[in-house]
Amino acid sequence: MVDESYVGRTLPPSPPYQVGRERIREFATAVGERSPLCHDVAAARAAGYPDLVAPPSFPVVFTMPRIELFLRDPGFGWRFEGTVHGDQKIEFQRPIHAGDELVTVVRVDGLRTRAGTHMLTLHCAVSTIDGEPVCATEALLLSQEDAG
Amino acid sequence: MSATAGSERARTDLTDIVEGSELPSLSVRLTRTDLIRYAGASGDFNPIHWNDRVAESVELPGVVAHGMLTMALGGRLVTEWLGDPGAVLSYQARFTRPVPVPDVVDGVDDPTLGAVLELTGTVKSISVADDGARTARVDISAKFDGKAVLGRAAAVVRLPA
Repeated sequence: MVDESYVGRTLPPSPPYQVGRERIREFATAVGERSPLCHDVAAARAAGYPDLVAPPSFPVVFTMPRIELFLRDPGFGWRFEGTVHGDQKIEFQRPIHAGDELVTVVRVDGLRTRAGTHMLTLHCAVSTIDGEPVCATEALLLSQEDAG
Repeated sequence: MSATAGSERARTDLTDIVEGSELPSLSVRLTRTDLIRYAGASGDFNPIHWNDRVAESVELPGVVAHGMLTMALGGRLVTEWLGDPGAVLSYQARFTRPVPVPDVVDGVDDPTLGAVLELTGTVKSISVADDGARTARVDISAKFDGKAVLGRAAAVVRLPA
């Protein structure tokens, strides 16, 4: 049984995630992104960035573990196994680059249940450890309602 | 991951972009190896992306690609066109259809088989801010087997001055 009282709640902030150069390179390679700005520090600096630039879908690397932690919380009552990703939005205040130390705050924005399927909207606000906003994401996640 | 049509794409002259401009298309073959590499790089180890038995137990035809990997390929369509992965201001997509990534054909193992995704994009609108900065909204299409696998996929990007 999903606890609807979580809707509107803001969850505790994540520990800082340090964006590493090798993680950016590995992620870029995994999605086939060959831009030198993702691989070559000198090229990124020549283009005006402080360090390697992360591809736009990189925030999944550190936001999804926070989402999973929440979805596996027995207090919320979500069936994690079989969870399906319905849609995803990402909005940047600025690009993410290597060296960033980022804190993710998950907010439970909405929950609807239709024909036995829960539809949950989670918002993640991502900022540096100094409080500079970097990006925000929104994920729609679907899971089956418990039979019982 | 092999990109066929996309590998020899010439850089577009971005000063010529107008509403209706088409982005150079991208055709990508995803194999099981690509899914496993993405699982490692993204941290998404959901077994439906690497284990046929688990995928079939939730009524999928077999292992399917990560929705976020398909979304990332749509992002690549845009960032390769702009030459700048930092120019994306926002990006969204719905995951409307799974992309099966088989490694067996007619009962014979073929790990190079995979699935081919066709990605295209169109400049839907261009906005100019008071300071002259230009942004474009790009609508993105990702198709597998002729059918759309992303819905309402769109990015807003900063165009070079």
